[in-house]
Amino acid sequence: MKMIWIIASTEFRRLFISPLAWSVLAVVQFILAWVFLLGLNEYVTQIQPAMVGRENAPGLSDLVVSALYLWAGVIMLAVMPVLTMRLLAEERMNQTLALLTTAPISISQIVLGKYVGLLLLIMTMIAMLTLMPLSLSLGTDLDWGKLAAAILGLFLLLASFAAAGLFLSSLTRQPIIAAVSTFGLLLFLMVLYISGNSQGAGSELFIYLSHFGHFLSFLEGLFDSSDLMYYLLFIISFLLLTIRKLDNERLQR
Amino acid sequence: MESSILLAAEGLSRDYNHQPAVENLNLQLQKGEVLGLLGPNGAGKSTTMQMLTGNLAPTTGSIHINGIDLLEEPRQAKRHLGYLPEQPPVYRDLTVNEYLEYCAKLHGLGGAVRTQAISLARERCSLNEVQNRLIAHLSKGYKQRVGIAQAILHSPAVVILDEPTVGLDPLQMREIRKLIRELGQEHSVILSTHILPEVQAVCDRVQILNRGRTVFNDSLKGITSLEQVFFDLVYQDDPAFADEGGDA
Repeated sequence: MKMIWIIASTEFRRLFISPLAWSVLAVVQFILAWVFLLGLNEYVTQIQPAMVGRENAPGLSDLVVSALYLWAGVIMLAVMPVLTMRLLAEERMNQTLALLTTAPISISQIVLGKYVGLLLLIMTMIAMLTLMPLSLSLGTDLDWGKLAAAILGLFLLLASFAAAGLFLSSLTRQPIIAAVSTFGLLLFLMVLYISGNSQGAGSELFIYLSHFGHFLSFLEGLFDSSDLMYYLLFIISFLLLTIRKLDNERLQR
Repeated sequence: MESSILLAAEGLSRDYNHQPAVENLNLQLQKGEVLGLLGPNGAGKSTTMQMLTGNLAPTTGSIHINGIDLLEEPRQAKRHLGYLPEQPPVYRDLTVNEYLEYCAKLHGLGGAVRTQAISLARERCSLNEVQNRLIAHLSKGYKQRVGIAQAILHSPAVVILDEPTVGLDPLQMREIRKLIRELGQEHSVILSTHILPEVQAVCDRVQILNRGRTVFNDSLKGITSLEQVFFDLVYQDDPAFADEGGDA
């Protein structure tokens, strides 16, 4: 446990030594702030007046906050491959992996350490993002349950992105290939959701398999343990595959 | 006497797709000994080193480091092992101090022991003047020294160095060789290299590999020309070389 933390904290720190983490956080924050202001403006000038006096009208939390977290998920689909590619593929390319594999630590500790290091960055990003809806609570009442569900959903979604990216990063020594294949896989899972909802050829199975469907139910404020299980299984499978892959490298080539 | 053998590998073999890369290799390292591992490219030196450091599992055979089975208890055995691969495994975006700190933590060193180990390794590899510089900005010679510092940091029983002087200028080479000699006094060192004079300068014993087999394993005392020994052993069964010899 201590070793995992040592690797994770160093990984996290190395992200911030390079401009990578700073630029990712800045770009994502800028775009999401724009989306947030746009949504807020629309709500105040058009939707709110139209909803006056209606029963059960959708509130700020439904319209502005959910959209913000949805956008965050979509943007990170493109950003996450850049973050995961450096975890193992870049270490391979620079031949620095030998440092970890020769140290008295197990492969699982290496994989979990790297994964937790990235989760720390994800949490930082979500924390910065959440400051925006929190600022609304100064002037209005937020639906706290809904906000919490959105935060949890986004965290699970990004954690699943990271696990898939970590695995694909372990397969190659070319960071670019790792990034492209991760992007491809994540995009494919999103296309699965779209095709599952398509007219005529819709399929419940496709919707279930796609990580996006589960994310959307979190955004609606639904906390369903089957969604949680989906993400946990997704994450654990990819982490196990990564550990297996690195272990196999020692056994055969 | 038995206890002074720090590294013992017996019957090591390794296949790649049924092609043997190393066959039935035996290797022993006494305390305070510097062993030179020689051989032409493709002789199986790198494969051997990867097996000895636990980065590659042998097809058959056993490896004991300081009496601990590397294959059965890798984490225990690796505590007694320092390894400098051909390419020093340094993170370019860290400073020398940050990097050594991380390595020390990975080896489970904490508190005052860690500070002491880092300053000792820094001292021995003459890294004091660059301790706060980014590794990316260091010259090749200094990067190599950081790599060596990383390998001796936790004062392991066995230090394995893969071509530590490649790409260094003559002055740096001399310093690194001096350092290896010093290391040989407390640790046991395995040195892989292509440079024959280097072996004669620093090693007590030499083991020559050819096509995955040991063809020579003896002390350097009494050998006047290692080069002659090397060429005789490595090329005696090489048809290309024999033809050339026949024509002349």
